[in-house]
Order: sequence, then C-alpha cells, then structure tokens
Amino acid sequence: MTYFGELVINGVSLGFIYTLIALGFVVISQATEVINFAQGSMLLLGAYVVAVFHTSLGFVPALLIGIAAGALGAFLIQAILVRGRGRVDPTALTIITIGVDIVLASELNRRIGQQVLSFGAPWGDNDVKLGPFTVPQARIAAVVISIVLVIGFFLAYKFTSWGIATRATAEDGEAAALMGIRRGRVAAIAWVVAGALATIAGVFLGLSPSPGLTNTSNLTALNAFPAVVVGGLDSTTGAVAGGVIIGVVQSLVDGYSSQLAFLGQPLSEVSAYVVMLLVLLWRPSGLFGTREAIRV
Amino acid sequence: MSEPLWRRALPRLGWLVLLILLLVLPLYVAPFWEQLGLFVFAAAIGAIGLNLITGTAGQLSLAHAFFLAIGAYGYSYLAGGQVGIGGGITVQGRGWPPLLAMIAAVAMAGFVGLLFSPISRRLRGIYLGLASLALVFLGQHVLQNAKAVTGGFYGRNAQPFSLFGFTFTDDDPPLTVLNVPFGQLERLWYLGLVLMILAYLFAQNLVRGRPGRALRTIRDNEIAAAVMGVNVRRYKAGAFVVSSMYAGLAGVLIALAFQRPVPDYFGLQLSITYLAMIVIGGLGSVRGAVAGAAFVTALPLILTHYSDSLPFLAQPGQSGVGPADFSNYIYGGAIILVLLAQKGGLAGLVNAVRERFTSRPDTAAPRTNPQHDPTGHASSESANKEAQQI
Repeated sequence: MTYFGELVINGVSLGFIYTLIALGFVVISQATEVINFAQGSMLLLGAYVVAVFHTSLGFVPALLIGIAAGALGAFLIQAILVRGRGRVDPTALTIITIGVDIVLASELNRRIGQQVLSFGAPWGDNDVKLGPFTVPQARIAAVVISIVLVIGFFLAYKFTSWGIATRATAEDGEAAALMGIRRGRVAAIAWVVAGALATIAGVFLGLSPSPGLTNTSNLTALNAFPAVVVGGLDSTTGAVAGGVIIGVVQSLVDGYSSQLAFLGQPLSEVSAYVVMLLVLLWRPSGLFGTREAIRV
Repeated sequence: MSEPLWRRALPRLGWLVLLILLLVLPLYVAPFWEQLGLFVFAAAIGAIGLNLITGTAGQLSLAHAFFLAIGAYGYSYLAGGQVGIGGGITVQGRGWPPLLAMIAAVAMAGFVGLLFSPISRRLRGIYLGLASLALVFLGQHVLQNAKAVTGGFYGRNAQPFSLFGFTFTDDDPPLTVLNVPFGQLERLWYLGLVLMILAYLFAQNLVRGRPGRALRTIRDNEIAAAVMGVNVRRYKAGAFVVSSMYAGLAGVLIALAFQRPVPDYFGLQLSITYLAMIVIGGLGSVRGAVAGAAFVTALPLILTHYSDSLPFLAQPGQSGVGPADFSNYIYGGAIILVLLAQKGGLAGLVNAVRERFTSRPDTAAPRTNPQHDPTGHASSESANKEAQQI
C-alpha cells in the first residue's frame, strides 16, 4: 500500500508538470486557434538556457533567464509566423508550428548531443519522508510550485483583463475585436505565458528522479498531448484533470510494470495514448471540453 | 478556341521524356542513385496517400508512419518463413507468394484504417491530427513487442519480391540488358516505377472525379457538403481507408528497399517527414506530392553522400552541422516558407512559371479560365486558394 501511495504521489507530481505544458496548449489554442506543436522545442529551449547559465549565475537567476528565453522564443514565433494571419486556416498555422519544431528541435538536439545536463537546483537528489511515503524532494517542489502557478494562472484567467479578453476571443474572435479587444496583444501574451510555463515544466522534467535534461526531453512534452485531449482542448480545468490522470496512469503502469510484463515494455508512453483513445471513443471533445455546436 | 498544336503537345512530350528518362536511368547510374530512386518511389506512393486525406479532404493525419509499418511488416510476415534471427527470437511467417502477400498487406492497412473510423469520422482537422498521434505510439509499442511478427528492435528480413517465378534478386534468373547486369536494385527500380505510376493515375482519377470534389467540399465546409448530399462521415472514413492503403503499399516497397525494416524507423518523425513532403509539394496536388516526396527523401541522402565535398557540413563524429541536421533546417524552413507565402508548394510554383510563359495578353482568355490551361490542371490561382483553405 505504501508503494501504491508513493506511485500516486509521484504520478500527481508528474501530472502537474504535464499540466503546466497542457495549460500552454490550451491558452494558445484559445487565443489563436493554433495547436502549438513547437511546445516541445520551446520547453527544450528554455530548459537548455537554464542548464547553460546555472554554473555561472546560480539556479534562480538562471531559471529567470531561462523563463525569459522560453517566453521570448514563443513571442518571436508568434510575432513572426502567426500574427496578422487571421484569414489563414488554423490548420495551416498548426503545420507551420510543426515546421518550427523541426528546425528548433534539431538545432537544440545537435547542441545538447549526448550530454545529460543538470540544473543545480537546490533540492538535489534527496528523498523526503512524507508520513509513510518516501518521495524525491524535487517532485514535492514540482507539485508545490506547479500548484501555485496553476492557481495564479486560474486567477489571472478569471479576473485580469487579459484573461477576460482571452476568453472573449475564444468565444468569438470577431465580436471581441469589434468590442475593442486587441487580438494581437491577447495572442502575444498567450504565447509568452505558454513559453514561460513550458520552460518551468522542462526544468522539473530534468530534475530527480530523471537523470537530467537530454536531447529527447522535448519528446516528453508530447505526453501533454494526451493530457490535453483527455481534458478537452478548450478547457483549463481539463488541462489540470487530464495532466493528473495521465501522470498517475503512467506512474502506476511504470511501477507495476513487472506484473504487466505480458503487455510488453516500456508501457508508460503507450499507456497515455491508450487512455486518450478510450476517452475519445467515449467523449470526442474530452472530459471537460465543450461539445462543438455547429450553427449554419 | 483551340490552341496551337505545339502548346497542347508540349506537356505530353515532357511527360514522355520524363518517362523514358526514368526507364533508362538504371542502365547508367551508380547503385547509390538506384537506391535513392527506390526510396523516392516508395515515398511518393505514401505521400500521394497522405495528400488524399490531408491535402484533398483537409484532415490532418499524423498516423501515416503506423500504416507504412503495417504494410512493411504485413508483407514481411505473410511472405516470410519461420526463421531464427538471433537473440533467441524466431519470427513466424506464412510463406505466401509475394504478390499475394503484397496485396494482402495493402488490404490489411486499409482494414486497420477502417477500424480507426469510429474516431476518424467524428473528428475534424487538427483534432484528428492529435488523435492519430495515438496510433503512431501504439504502433511503436506493438512493433517492438510483437517479436514473432516483426522481429522486435532489430526488425526482420523481408522476403524478396517475385512475380510468376521471376524473382527480384541479384541472380535468379540472371538477367543482362544491353550489357548491364540487372541485379536486385535494377529490378526493384522498375517494380517501384510501375507501382508509383499506377498509384499516381489512380489518385489523379480519384481527385478529379466525384470523390475528389466531395472531399474538397468537406474540407471547405462540412455543413455545405452535407447539404449538397455528400455523406460526410462515409467519405471521411473512406478517404482515411484509401490513404492507409497507399501507405501500406509504400510500406511494402520500403520493406523491399531496406531488405530489413526496423521498427524504430516507423516513428513520429516519419509521419512528420511525410507531412513535410505534401506541404512542400503543394497540398491537394498529386503531382506536388510526388515532387515533395522526391525532394524530402533525396535531400538528406544526397547531402550525406556528398558531405565530403561540402565544406559547410560536419563529418560524422565532428561537432557542427551534419547532413541530417542541415536537411532538417531546409525542409523545416521550406514548410514555413510555403505556408507563409500561401503558394501551392512546388506544384503551385510550376503552374505559376508555366502561366508566365504560356499566356500572352493578346491571345489569352481570362487567366482564371480553367480551359486555358493546356493540361486541364487547376491553374495556380486555384492552387493558391487550396493552400489558403487547408
């Protein structure tokens, strides 16, 4: 039972990391109708910058620079490639982000090569006792910081004028523009927020229990896709729920892999997608997504 | 208003020259180029298929690698025999005649595409793209674990193709044409060429005919399509099945070309590569899909082949930009440029150039008149429009 509890705690913390990435997807798709396939390489960009600067500057300044870099990268993608192209179909913009991802990911892959980068985070690799459970400190930090960020995001989304403007844009972009909402600014902030959140998620993904940031860390961000689809692409609540569901499922499947050996190895990645397919069969728009109503 | 004879004959002459060129090329070029051509033929078939679902019907699919894998391993399994491949793994096989195995593998890919239809017909555009991601990862998992069928991580050998006793191997029976010994590569070249031409013609007919019109209407507006009497769900599921079958055939050719397909090859990266092909070639254009396939397939192979003499590329083991990275930059950048410029890719470029040279203001009918276009293809205006609307 202790083992089960530890797996769930680890899964929840992994889930909140996915949530950070998933919130980025949701907010970008709400503001611009684009699915950002470059999220993985944005994550890698920010985390890579943190890893580069942490030796000379220390963890916190490096983290701030990394967040700024991730946000700036996202802003540039938005400003150069997506902005002002409202009449282009969102699918075309989505494919553009795939193109960005190919270029950015292969450049970062090349730079990172075979290295395993560390961040010099203050938590180290220590474990901590939490009642009967032993959990890596970094994972506790990930949960706490993620929850703070998620709450902050929700408050901003609900109460600030940017949040209201974004929700209005998602509801009906043209009407929002006619009401004086500057869609370009809404979109820019959405991308910046997504880039910053992705960077933080990237740093947490590279901390204990994983060995560090590698050139395939951006692929882990792909696990946020099932999280988003499970929760519903247009729902911020769904991003949290989907992230946690996927995180817990992956952690449990990993933890009991010896009992599940008949299903083959490794199971954690494919389990996320199986959950996603099952949810899609049951509810095509996700658990919390609004069913698309088509008016003629 | 009839056009001068030469202007009508010119494009046909062009196709004829291209065909003759492709027919005689194996007599002259080195094995590297034959291998390259084989990969291009296979990729072209796959790209034509993806183009049907993504370009014509407007449904983003990232599952193409999965269906390619079904073709490749379906063929290897059905045509192969029971062999130990080392590492304590024994792969099973059915020992079917290769032609039958090829047809069955294509049918199998189509059938799996049909199984996905409860999801594929309910989702639209980008959402289908996200859902289809699941198939790629599911496929990777099965390929790595179903060792009796796929051979696991190191893959399994594909049975050489044979047709009525004539095998596509180096020396059974020995064959020499014009003093050039016809080995496996030369024989497979012609197989690939024939299959690609058939796939091309079939897709052209499909796209120009009633199904193509229905799919384009679905892409542009599903409700309008339904109102016009198009059975939207059936057409979407059907397009997915046909595109999967194309991928299956391409997979068989890839298995034959590689001789030993490994599961790792059929990952998400491959799906994205195919997407790159059809975007660069021009979405919705069958010719564009072939051109894009040739470009995206050939670029990294040629850069690697000549990396010794290209000073800006790093050698293996050196730090710096290697051929694979460099071609990634080029085709990633090409995707962005094509979509930003809103041109119909390579196909749109060809049309634009042709119009520049064939239409003269004094004799020309309005440029948008489709009859003016000598081959009856859509003019570049409509290609541009297609690019905007996907």
